[in-house]
Amino acid sequence: MTAAGGASGTGSGLGATTAADRLVDRPLVFAHLVAAMVFLAVSLLAGFLFSMQFLQHYPLPQHEIFSPGRWRLVHTNGVAYGFLANAFLGGLYWAVPRLTLRPVLHRGLSWFLFVAWQAIVLATAVGLLAGHAQALEWGETPVWIDPVALLGLILVAVNFLVPISCLSGPMYVAIWYFIAAFVWTVLVYAMGNFLPQYFVGGAAAGAIAGLFIHDLVGLFVTPLGWGLMYYFVPVILKKPIWSHGLSLVGFWGLAFFYPLTGIHHFLYSPIPMFLQHGAVITTIAIELVVTTVIVNFFMTLSGRGDALRTSMPIRWFYTGMVFYFTTCLQCAFQTTLAFQRIIHFTDWVVGHAHLVMLGVFGFWLLGMMVYLIPRVVGTAGWYSDVLNSWHYWLTMLGTLVMFLDLLVAGVVQGYMWRELSPWDEVLAASVPFWFVRAVSGTAILIGQFLFFYNAWKTWQLRPGAAPSHAALMENMQPAAT
Amino acid sequence: MFESKAGVFLIAGLGFFALAFLVMAVLPWAIYAGEPELTVEQVAASGIVPEFVDLAERYPEQFKRAFGTVSTQTFAEALRFGHEVYVADACWHCHSQFVRPVSNEDLRWGPVSTALEYQNALQRPVLFGTRRVGPDLIREGGRRSNDWHVAHFWQPTNVVPTSVMPPYRWFFDEQGYPNKRGMSIITYVQWLGSWVKEYPYYHGEGPPSLPMAATTQSSVAHAGAGSTGGGPP
Ligand code: HEC
Repeated sequence: MTAAGGASGTGSGLGATTAADRLVDRPLVFAHLVAAMVFLAVSLLAGFLFSMQFLQHYPLPQHEIFSPGRWRLVHTNGVAYGFLANAFLGGLYWAVPRLTLRPVLHRGLSWFLFVAWQAIVLATAVGLLAGHAQALEWGETPVWIDPVALLGLILVAVNFLVPISCLSGPMYVAIWYFIAAFVWTVLVYAMGNFLPQYFVGGAAAGAIAGLFIHDLVGLFVTPLGWGLMYYFVPVILKKPIWSHGLSLVGFWGLAFFYPLTGIHHFLYSPIPMFLQHGAVITTIAIELVVTTVIVNFFMTLSGRGDALRTSMPIRWFYTGMVFYFTTCLQCAFQTTLAFQRIIHFTDWVVGHAHLVMLGVFGFWLLGMMVYLIPRVVGTAGWYSDVLNSWHYWLTMLGTLVMFLDLLVAGVVQGYMWRELSPWDEVLAASVPFWFVRAVSGTAILIGQFLFFYNAWKTWQLRPGAAPSHAALMENMQPAAT
Repeated sequence: MFESKAGVFLIAGLGFFALAFLVMAVLPWAIYAGEPELTVEQVAASGIVPEFVDLAERYPEQFKRAFGTVSTQTFAEALRFGHEVYVADACWHCHSQFVRPVSNEDLRWGPVSTALEYQNALQRPVLFGTRRVGPDLIREGGRRSNDWHVAHFWQPTNVVPTSVMPPYRWFFDEQGYPNKRGMSIITYVQWLGSWVKEYPYYHGEGPPSLPMAATTQSSVAHAGAGSTGGGPP
């Protein structure tokens, strides 16, 4: 406690109870962030394992529970429900009480939901490995878990919507995104997991499955991500968002166009063609909306560009935003039927998915963790800023290389398929790209493990921990966050 | 309105979602609402694929243990179980199930897919797929022999050296013969596309029909060999 005091001055509260302390349950935030890190580790390892299959070096063949396909499901579901959901919840438990000046509905409920959600994610992983997947991309959660998960999502929504409902008058941008996200997530989850399974069959169910994949990104992950950006960026830069008007355009444009794009996942499929055309047009419209949001955030940064150097969270956030603009620009092209002829079904799409999920939302959440962890643990800063820097560069370069590599791979595959090259030749041509993918994935993995180690060491520095870490203290620098 | 709780909750949260749901989900749903969705039994009753009979002949003991005899019921059972395996092992994340009208796909795989092909319980939820690490499978039926599939599921690289498809040893029993899972997934794969008229009846057979299957049933049950699934219809 005393040791950390020397480097204080970051307003992280070091044990002192502030007004915010009574609102925010710091251990809960921390618990969610730790869970997020654990599931991130599992998901990345699963992805790495699967990538070995593509190099014919899968380390554990011939065992049913190590079936590479099943580990691929663990990879994608772990990222969505384990990493993203937990990190978002951590951020929400921090931000919503501060924005509403009220605690969430019930502390006990929050902790219950924390435990229940981990149980749901674990059960999902076990179910997938045992072969109980549901044939719905990104909703492979076994059917018997779906109702429980939906109930959990409803309770989460209630927990946050109650303090929000006590607000009066116009609300801050972040809150718009949060309200919408809570409603949408529940609706999307119910729609995607139940309709194609129990009520609709055939090509129409394909339309709903496309809607589900897309809405999970667009109506669960995206609004929570942007909501948190609208909260954290002005707080860290200590200046308001540049244009309120653009914030409005961004939110309402997203709300209107995003849900209308789902079918673009199945272009040239047996879904009626006029619906496919509609989805193409709305997807391109989104790109225009996205541009307004990006302009707004970069104008906010304008004049404080030094923060990209001095503040790790800001660096993560804005790197994510550059990637966000990149993916959305990519969307506007790849959704066209001309591009689809070549790139659909190829690694191009896989590259796109990694840039969105890791490069954008992953980066935002990692930046958020960099900001939050010292604050919830109560230390003056990170154990090592150097490690944080390594974490950033390894992850950023790894993601960038993976994205570009898969992009090119996709073009090669797409043209070879069109030229009717034998399938095994296409595989042979893809191997170098898959090798680079595995290497860049390794860089990302190493980056994360440095980060986890750093977080662990930071946690050991918490006030109240046995102060026998004199050597460690020396490493500690004034907070750069 | 644009910054109020009610506005965000009702218009953006519920309203826009409902609008999109109407356009992107209810509309296609309504378009195909008149088309009946076949049950697995109905699918099976429209014709047993010859490869199912072939499995019964090649692996009489294993087949008997797994299914008993060849009949539309056991064929339906094999399809259902094969579909389960296909979902559980995430074959559908490496293989798509639709032929697009572009990029010469019809030259590679056969006729372009149509919506009505998916109106059956084995496409619930639909298995379009979003990634092709391996080739599309919706026209796979009859393209390869059962022996090819057995060798391929055991060790894909033995058949295609550059293959990145995983081996599936749990589709086989201790002696290395396909078990119930193995025979089911092979039946399922051989069924894919058996409804299009270009389906290759490589044994020189015509499309199978029910009465024929009934004769086969008894001959297989007694001799474990004999009829190869019926002569020309
Ligand atoms: C890691 C991705 C992957 C997974 C998972 C996978 N496959 Fe494959 N599959 C391939 C690749 C690549 C090929 C092409 C090379 C070959 O024939 O082995 C292929 C080829 C095939 C073929 C031969 C197609 C042809 O006629 O040339 C069939 C049939 C097949 N897979 C079925 C399955 C089934 C059934 C499963 C699930 C039990 C499955 N695959 C899982 C990648 C995969």
